[in-house]
Amino acid sequence: MIEVKNIVKKFGDQTVLKGISTRFEAGMTNLIIGQSGSGKTVFLKTLLGIHTPDGGTISFDGRIYSELSNDEKRALRTEIGMVFQGSALFDSMTVEENVGFPLKMFTKKTPKEIKERVDFVIERVNLTNAHYKRPSEISGGMQKRVAIARAIVNNPKYLFCDEPNSGLDPKTAIVIDNLIQEITKEYNITTVINTHDMNSVMEIGEKIVFLKNGLLEWEGTNKKIFKTANEAVTDFVYSSELFKRVRKMYLEDDVK
Amino acid sequence: MMLVRYLSQIGKYFIMLKEIFNKPTKWSVMKQLILKEIDDLIIGSLGIVAFISFFVGGVVSIQTALNLTNPLIPKYLVGFATRQSVILEFAPTFISIIMAGKMGSFITSSIGTMRVTEQIDALEVMGVNSLNYLVFPKIIALLLYPFVIGLSMFLGILGGWMAAVYGGFTSSYEFITGLQTEFIPFHIAYAFIKTFSFALLLATIPSFHGYYMKGGALEVGQASTVSFVWTSVAIILMNFILTQLLLS
Repeated sequence: MIEVKNIVKKFGDQTVLKGISTRFEAGMTNLIIGQSGSGKTVFLKTLLGIHTPDGGTISFDGRIYSELSNDEKRALRTEIGMVFQGSALFDSMTVEENVGFPLKMFTKKTPKEIKERVDFVIERVNLTNAHYKRPSEISGGMQKRVAIARAIVNNPKYLFCDEPNSGLDPKTAIVIDNLIQEITKEYNITTVINTHDMNSVMEIGEKIVFLKNGLLEWEGTNKKIFKTANEAVTDFVYSSELFKRVRKMYLEDDVK
Repeated sequence: MMLVRYLSQIGKYFIMLKEIFNKPTKWSVMKQLILKEIDDLIIGSLGIVAFISFFVGGVVSIQTALNLTNPLIPKYLVGFATRQSVILEFAPTFISIIMAGKMGSFITSSIGTMRVTEQIDALEVMGVNSLNYLVFPKIIALLLYPFVIGLSMFLGILGGWMAAVYGGFTSSYEFITGLQTEFIPFHIAYAFIKTFSFALLLATIPSFHGYYMKGGALEVGQASTVSFVWTSVAIILMNFILTQLLLS
């Protein structure tokens, strides 16, 4: 579980995060949504420790990040898996080497044990015939799967995903969403996903945090988001005609 | 304002140097990285260094011979001038400036590309000291850089000898006599001391520009150019300082 209390982040005179408090539970897919410029990427990077907050605390199962020593921070980071927006696979390595990288760096596993674990994880993300290919030789969807495999190979307690299905076709995007949700349940991971894909919100949004201008505007589930009266949320989520109709149908069904 | 910016960049560079040696990467991984860097930076540079050294040595020899028009000046001076030019300046300094373009742009663009594609963020999030992982192997690989410069010295003089003898400017005996005339062994030490210093600059300045770059693909190209300029400036200044300290 990740608990965030009153997080503030400034860049020069500009305050990007203005005191956000929330909680991300284990075994759930937690989504951060909001318009471009709402501060969701800065929020995610602050949770990851890439940005240092100017105020507030972030605790990982009771361990307050800012109070940890550098060694403890590095140890905590080995418990974190991250899927970057552009996958961030290492170009100079094959798929197999990319996935095995965290194990090679942080465990004392033998090459045979690493190979077995890598094969298992690659199979888990339904990736076939790509072991010896380089990232540039595989499709965007496959790259995302490799990134997920690399993120979960070392049994992380926390999984962060920055727009995991951006640039993917709708079918592959749903496959990736479902894969992340399955893995979250299977290994009881605290998963935090930064997205602006409304399909993801509807499909896997067990907890949704909506940011607006650096503030937490609304939080709830994908069921509650249909019924919310918060204008900022409805304007953002139901900005397309399709989603407006879906919401109308959902609310009509609910009344019946 | 500009001066403050330069000073701040220099400070940032020295902080980076300190950070490179913090939290070392696991030896089994580092070993492979070092071997890869030796292949990319040292082995990959041998061809161009050999080609340039051989022909520039030849040109130095021909130019010297053509300018020795006075019959009272002994012909062996062609060998002497070629040796001095190649060992003291051409091989250590000018090859290093060429390498600032070749190796330097490779280092800046590869690290810069890793920055823009979030690969460096990925390393950091995993708990890897990305500076140690990326830059330390380059520094170790470039400890072999004097080998490249030694080869350049040898081929430069060989090129000079071939141009002088087969061009009909001097006899082989005269050229070799020139090579041995007033030979000061410390000049070799001086050249290799310079080479080690330049190797450190070649590994770290391009890494600095790649690591701290911001932006996208266009900025990677700009960072490579800026890195070449600053590495060359640093090499020239270091050359001046070391020459003052060691030869004055």
